[in-house]
Amino acid sequence: MKYTLSILVENQPGVLSKVSGLFSRRGFNIDSLAVGETENPDVSRITIVVDGDEYIVEQVEKQLNKLVNVIKVKNLTELGNFLSAELAMIKVNCPQKQRPEIMSIAQLTGAKVVNVSPTAITLELADTPENVQTFTDLLHPYGIKESVYTGTIALEKGAGTVQK
Amino acid sequence: MISGAEIMVRCLQEEGVTITFGYPGAVICPFYDYLFQSDIKHVLVRSEQNAAHAASGFARTSGKAGVCIATSGPGATNLITGIATAYMDSIPLIAITGQVNSELLGRDVFQEADITGACEPFTKHSYLVKHTEDLPRVFKEAFHIATTGRPGPVLIDVPVDVQNRTLDTFAYPEKVEIPGYKPKVQGHAMQIKKAIEAIAAAKRPVICCGGGVVLAGAREEMVAFARNSAIPVVSTMMGFGVIPQDSELYLGMIGSHGKSFANRVMHEADVILLCGARVGDRAVTAPSVLQANAKIIHIDIDPAEIGKNMMVDIPLVGDIKLALGEMAKQVSPCQCDDWVQTVRQYKKDYVLRGEPRTDFVEPRQFVRDLSAMMEEEAILTADVGQNQIWAANNFNVKEGRFLTSGGMGTMGYAIPAAMGAKLAKPHRQVVAICGDGSFQMAMCELATVCQNQVNIKMIIMRNRRLGMVREVQSNQFGSRYIATILDGDPDFVRLVEAYGIQAAFATSNEQAKAFAKEMLQSDKPYVLVCDVDPDTPSI
Repeated sequence: MKYTLSILVENQPGVLSKVSGLFSRRGFNIDSLAVGETENPDVSRITIVVDGDEYIVEQVEKQLNKLVNVIKVKNLTELGNFLSAELAMIKVNCPQKQRPEIMSIAQLTGAKVVNVSPTAITLELADTPENVQTFTDLLHPYGIKESVYTGTIALEKGAGTVQK
Repeated sequence: MISGAEIMVRCLQEEGVTITFGYPGAVICPFYDYLFQSDIKHVLVRSEQNAAHAASGFARTSGKAGVCIATSGPGATNLITGIATAYMDSIPLIAITGQVNSELLGRDVFQEADITGACEPFTKHSYLVKHTEDLPRVFKEAFHIATTGRPGPVLIDVPVDVQNRTLDTFAYPEKVEIPGYKPKVQGHAMQIKKAIEAIAAAKRPVICCGGGVVLAGAREEMVAFARNSAIPVVSTMMGFGVIPQDSELYLGMIGSHGKSFANRVMHEADVILLCGARVGDRAVTAPSVLQANAKIIHIDIDPAEIGKNMMVDIPLVGDIKLALGEMAKQVSPCQCDDWVQTVRQYKKDYVLRGEPRTDFVEPRQFVRDLSAMMEEEAILTADVGQNQIWAANNFNVKEGRFLTSGGMGTMGYAIPAAMGAKLAKPHRQVVAICGDGSFQMAMCELATVCQNQVNIKMIIMRNRRLGMVREVQSNQFGSRYIATILDGDPDFVRLVEAYGIQAAFATSNEQAKAFAKEMLQSDKPYVLVCDVDPDTPSI
C-alpha cells in the first residue's frame, strides 16, 4: 500500500539528507519525494510517498518525528481527504506523420506541447498521479526518449492544514 | 571583542562543564587555547574513541552530559565508534570537532572529513556551524537536546575560521526554541489507569526494567513500584543494577546471555510491564512469542520504541520517573501468590555456576568474590565478550552502578568508561573488568590513567582467546578456531609495570581474592591479571 506523508521541516542545509538518510538507513522504500519552500521561508515542505504496510508507515512517522528539524508529520492517506498532483515532462519520438496521433493524446489528457522538433515532441502534464500514469502509458507505444516527474505533492482538502 | 573559540569555552562554562576528554589537532587549536585559559579540566586520552567512552562513563555517573573533543578528519572519524556506542545506549554526550576552514569545505583539503554526514545515523542531532554568531544558540540547543527526552549524543562541528572570527559581545541564550523538538514528558493519565487495571487483573505479572529507568533517574520509583505491587522484576543488561540484587523478587538479567529462569518467567507471564526497555534482540530473542502469551504494557519516553520490536497492548509515552512514581501510588499488591511462589522456587532452584579452582581463576566465582569485597556504592564497568557476561550475571550491584556497552557491544569500553566514572565520582570505588582482547583495544589509556592519576582498578580475564567468538565457533562452526587465538599477548604484568602501575598475576581463585583485596585497598591504579581457562563458558 502507498501512503502519502506531508512533512514540515526547518528550511536549513542538511535537513533533506537527514530525512532521506533515515529512509535508506531503516530500510523504508520511498516511491517519490518532493520538496520546496512553503509560505513561510523558514519552513520547507516535503511530500513523501512510501510503499509499505501499516507497521512500516507508523515507524516512518515516528522516526521522522524524532528528527530535531522535523516540525510536523501528517499521514494524508490515513486522513483520506487530500488532493495530490504531479508534473511530468515527456519527450516522445515523433516523426511528422505521427504528430496528429500524439496531438490527440495531448488533447485528450489535457497535456501541453512545450517543445516540438522534426523528430520529437515534448509534452507536459500536471495532474493527479493516476492521470500522469495513464498519460505515460498512452505515450509508451510511440517511444519515450526521456521523461521527468516532480514526484507527488499533496494538500489536505478543505480548510485543514498540516499544522492542525 | 570575543572569538568563536572563546565563545565555545564560555558556552561550556555556562552549561556547568567542569571536565572534558579529548585529543587536539590543528583546526581545533583556537578552542584549546581558550580551554587552556579556563578552569575547565581537560583529560588527554590516547585515542579519540576513548574520549567519547570516557565522556560516556562521566555522563552515566554524573547525570550530566559528557563532553569529548577531537580535531577534524581522522580525529573526528576516530570518535565515531564512541559516538555510536553512546547513541545505542542513549547516553547524553556533546562531541565537539574542529573542521577545516569553512571556505575550503568540500575540496578534500588536508584532514577534511564530512563528520556531520558520517555521524548522521549515530547522533541524536548534529550541527556544522557556519557562522560564529550561531555558536551560543547551537551550544544551548545541543546540551538541551542531548540531555532531555531520550538522551543521546549531539555533534558540533566547528570550522577553524568560525573559531577565529571575533564578535563584539557574547550572550548565552536563556531559552531554547526548537519548533520540532518537544519531548513528551507527562504520561497520559488514561493510559496509566489502563496499565494499573491490567496489572490488577494479572495472574502472572512481571516487570522488565530497562536502561531507560536508569537514564530517567527513576531508581527510587522503580523500587517503590516493585515493592508496592509485589511483582517479580527482571532486567535487561542496561537496566541491571536498578533493583538491588538481593531483593527477594528480583530475578536477574534476561536475554540470550541472561539467567534461564528470568527468561522463563518472561515466557510464562500474562502481563509484562516493559519500562524503558527497547526489546533488543539480545534481551528478547522471540518477541512474537511473548506478545502472543501476554498483555504488553510499554512505558518509554521515545514513542518510536513503542511497537518497534514488539506489538504493545498499552502504550505509555512519557518520563518513566513520573509515570512509575504515579503508578507506585496507584498500584496495590498483586493477588497472585501462586505465581510469586513459583517464581521464588525458580530462583531458589537456580544454581550459579563456577566453582573455585586452584589451577586457574574461575571468572564467575571470582566476580562473586570481588563483588562481596567491593563497597556499597562501587561502580563496575565491564567490557564486551565473555567478561561482560561473567560480570553481569555474577556481580551484585548494591547502591552502585554497572556500566557497559549494551547496545553497540563495543570492545575497549570498560577502561575509558571507568576513567570517566572515577573523575565524575572521585570518592567511589571504580573497577573495570576486561578480557585480554578488549584490554588490548584500550590499553593505550594506561598512559592517561598514569598522567592523571585516575585511581581505577583494572581486571584482565586473560584466557588468551577471544572467548565469546570462540564459543560461537565451538557451538556453530565445528570448533574451527580461526582468528580467536591471542598468542601474541604480552606479559601484561610487565607491560603494566612499564607504565609505573602496580600489577599482579593470579592463577587460582584464592590468589585472585587475595590480590583483589590488596587492589581495593590500594589508593593507586592497579591491574590484576587473572589466568582463566579458555574453556570456561559464558554462562
